[in-house]
Amino acid sequence: MSVHEGRLAEIADEERPGGDPDYLYPDYRSTERRGPKSPLLILPHTLSETTGPVFGESAVDEFDADLTRQHGAEPLGERIVVSGRVTDDRGHPVRNTLVEIWQANAAGRYAHHVDQHPAPLDPNFTGAGRCLTDADGRYRFVTIKPGAYPWGNHPNAWRPQHIHFSLFGRAFTERLVTQMYFPGDPLMEFDPIFQSVRDPAAQKLMVSSFDWETTTPDWCLGYRFDVVLGGRAATPLDRE
Amino acid sequence: MTLPLTPSQTVGPYFAIGLSRRPEHELVPSGSDGAIVLSGTVLDGEGAPVPDAMVEIWQADPSGAYVAGFGWARSGTDADGGYSFVTVKPGRVEGQAPHLVMLVFMRGLLKPALTRVYFPDEAETNEADPVLAGVPEEQRARLLATVDGDALRFDLRMQGEEQTPFFTL
Repeated sequence: MSVHEGRLAEIADEERPGGDPDYLYPDYRSTERRGPKSPLLILPHTLSETTGPVFGESAVDEFDADLTRQHGAEPLGERIVVSGRVTDDRGHPVRNTLVEIWQANAAGRYAHHVDQHPAPLDPNFTGAGRCLTDADGRYRFVTIKPGAYPWGNHPNAWRPQHIHFSLFGRAFTERLVTQMYFPGDPLMEFDPIFQSVRDPAAQKLMVSSFDWETTTPDWCLGYRFDVVLGGRAATPLDRE
Repeated sequence: MTLPLTPSQTVGPYFAIGLSRRPEHELVPSGSDGAIVLSGTVLDGEGAPVPDAMVEIWQADPSGAYVAGFGWARSGTDADGGYSFVTVKPGRVEGQAPHLVMLVFMRGLLKPALTRVYFPDEAETNEADPVLAGVPEEQRARLLATVDGDALRFDLRMQGEEQTPFFTL
């Protein structure tokens, strides 16, 4: 960290504390031309940094939290419930925050024109969901387990099964986009995106756990994924 | 005792499925009173446009207040790396010059890049802004939008000599 008169302090990205990956991680090739290389300037915490958008019920439609009921029939695949709690770093619930997910179908194919993996699309699966957390910070999605799929990063590269998560939390500057993985997936060890998080303890925070509590008899398996967002002081918009 | 934070991962190439389902790039209706178009191009380290980025903004209302139900928008980039918002100029927040907070996400970016956008017609307030004044002088102009016809333009350069200044907390 360097300090000049009147200047914002700077910090090299790789010296930032915490479990986030560095911008540059050579094993994930796309970082080479896209990750910022200059030192980062450290912002003071003004209202611009400590506030964030608040979403209401209008942000969510009826079937947004059930990805198996968005079309005329059910999608193929293993039906699962993914649920968990969103908290700050003191364990306090982050209430009424928007959680968005997107994922591949059971065959490992995204309903996106760029995805050319020769696996079948499922006319009954879009793979997108949204919900708001409740007063205790809890969210719940019904979906199907996504398949693994190949990608072009290196020869025989495969992404582990994962669900993309986007969360807002209280402050826009603490917005989180991450990926939820499944316990025991052998591909995590070989995946540069998962491995870009270097600390094994931090890696574990991205892996869901199998959950008997939400596993429903004769219906579906449950996975639990809790999320901890940056815990800066509560903002003026967080009065409830 | 605090809990460790959940780490960030890239949005990857397919985020449009989940994050661009609804048009969310207009804070105010296009053509309405005071509406400003803010657009720009996202460029990688070789100067090539990034066609699969997502840009989000967060801003105060014209009075300088952060209020529920206003101030956030997002835009994916098109085949030419272009993003676009329709917004209004925010007021001053805690004495700072009017500015937007901007986050950019993309495949190859393992966590979002955070920057600010200032306004070109605010020479005096920009001069006195504590954040802008704290940015190395040769980089300050890169945080100012430029006038582009009826619109404002703000390009995001991820790397290189002219890299956009990025922040952390």
